[in-house]
Amino acid sequence: MAKVVGGTKLPLRKTWNTVFSFTVGLLTTFKHIFRPNVTISYPEEKWVPYPRFRGLHQLRRYADGLEMCIGCSLCEAACPSDCIYVEPAENTDEDRRSPGERYAKVYDINMLRCIFCGYCVEACPTTAIVMTGNYELADYDRKDFIYHKDRLLVDKPEDNAPLSPLEAV
Amino acid sequence: MLINILILLVKIILVPVGLLSGFAIMTWFERRLIATIQVRIGPNRCGPFGLFQPAADGLKLAMKEDLTPANADKAVFVIAPMISLIAALLAFAIIPFGPDIQAFGYTIPLHIGADVPIGFLFLLCVASLGIYGIVLAGWSSGSKYSMLGGIRSSAQMISYELSMGLALVSVLIYTGTLRPDEIVGFSGLWWKQFPAFVIFLICMVAETNRAPFDLVEAEQELVAGFHTEYSSFKFALFYMGEYVNMITFSALAVTVFLGGWHGPLVDKIPIIGLVWFLLKTAVFMFVYVWIRASWPRLRYDRLMKLGWKVLLPTALCWVAMTAVWVVFRG
Repeated sequence: MAKVVGGTKLPLRKTWNTVFSFTVGLLTTFKHIFRPNVTISYPEEKWVPYPRFRGLHQLRRYADGLEMCIGCSLCEAACPSDCIYVEPAENTDEDRRSPGERYAKVYDINMLRCIFCGYCVEACPTTAIVMTGNYELADYDRKDFIYHKDRLLVDKPEDNAPLSPLEAV
Repeated sequence: MLINILILLVKIILVPVGLLSGFAIMTWFERRLIATIQVRIGPNRCGPFGLFQPAADGLKLAMKEDLTPANADKAVFVIAPMISLIAALLAFAIIPFGPDIQAFGYTIPLHIGADVPIGFLFLLCVASLGIYGIVLAGWSSGSKYSMLGGIRSSAQMISYELSMGLALVSVLIYTGTLRPDEIVGFSGLWWKQFPAFVIFLICMVAETNRAPFDLVEAEQELVAGFHTEYSSFKFALFYMGEYVNMITFSALAVTVFLGGWHGPLVDKIPIIGLVWFLLKTAVFMFVYVWIRASWPRLRYDRLMKLGWKVLLPTALCWVAMTAVWVVFRG
């Protein structure tokens, strides 16, 4: 019984197989020359994220301008990488920030730690926090990656990012 | 007489310049083509279509610090890349890249030394010299990776040089001449001497240390092989050497097997011959890059096996068959 090498017993057959497969390889690469490129020339062309893409977070507002966030810290609890810090404070009648009893006085997300899993979005009872399609988060300084509330909170309710298709049920 | 020497001098200056600009274009071409094959764009920021990329690369390399390892044998370390490039450039001396041209009342033959009766012998000698550059580089760097790369490279080049020489020999027996400018006249050698052509192609790729025979520069195992310790301009010299070698061997394959500068319209306008020559060489350069983008690298023992157990016997048999054929043909 001859030793089986490369699935065949005949040296000629083996040679033929080699030549054949190498030729097929060449033809495959040749075909790829005429394929449209998949590269995106980044600064000029930008990749358009999908509706469910999880990018930079955003804290939303109600139509009357009140913050949706009620400072419950459920997102902080849900966060697997512990990168959210919420410090709640009481709402008063003179200074009402959110419809609930409390609002988030401090809301920090450390983007260097964040793994963009979206658990905070899932945990939020008021859909106050959502994830936008913004993926351009490069910066010059490590401390700038700690996003405080002023950078996360949307200015006007009409700028609210849409809920992801998963949330908007 | 004096004018002939002058013409020769001009050619001697122009040919290396042409080769080195060919090297520059080739680096760009290779990166673009591989990118295209991999469905990418490749360098396109530096000038139109990234054409100034080679210049930028050269500038970058020139700016780099020129390091010499403490264990290096300084003199040899400096000379090795020069040998590499000079050998690559020298080999081009016997390649006819066009017919004789009538200009300003003088006859200008478009070659440097293709009418030398021992042209191919000279070529084989010079091609072997290139190994010295690589071996000496590997040895003088004083690093084990360079050493291994150099040893591998020398073993590889020596084994494939044999088969390449034999492939050439069968062609030389068939045509009965050692003069490159005469061999150019034979048409259709690539199918009349098909086995020799195939062997020559395989050995050509192995000789120039290109994929799939780029064991010498096997990054996974040897960092960068013989030029691991080289930086700055010395590295650029090796790089040039590799590419100029590619161009030279492509030109040689064109000269020997594809009728060199011969082609339509050459009889009417001689300068077209140069265009044909460049076009045919470009086809080979394309194949080089195409192969690099397609095939995986051979394992070292298999590389040696292919060289010694497959190509060498085949080449020898073919030489014998050619010889028999030539004798009985009369």
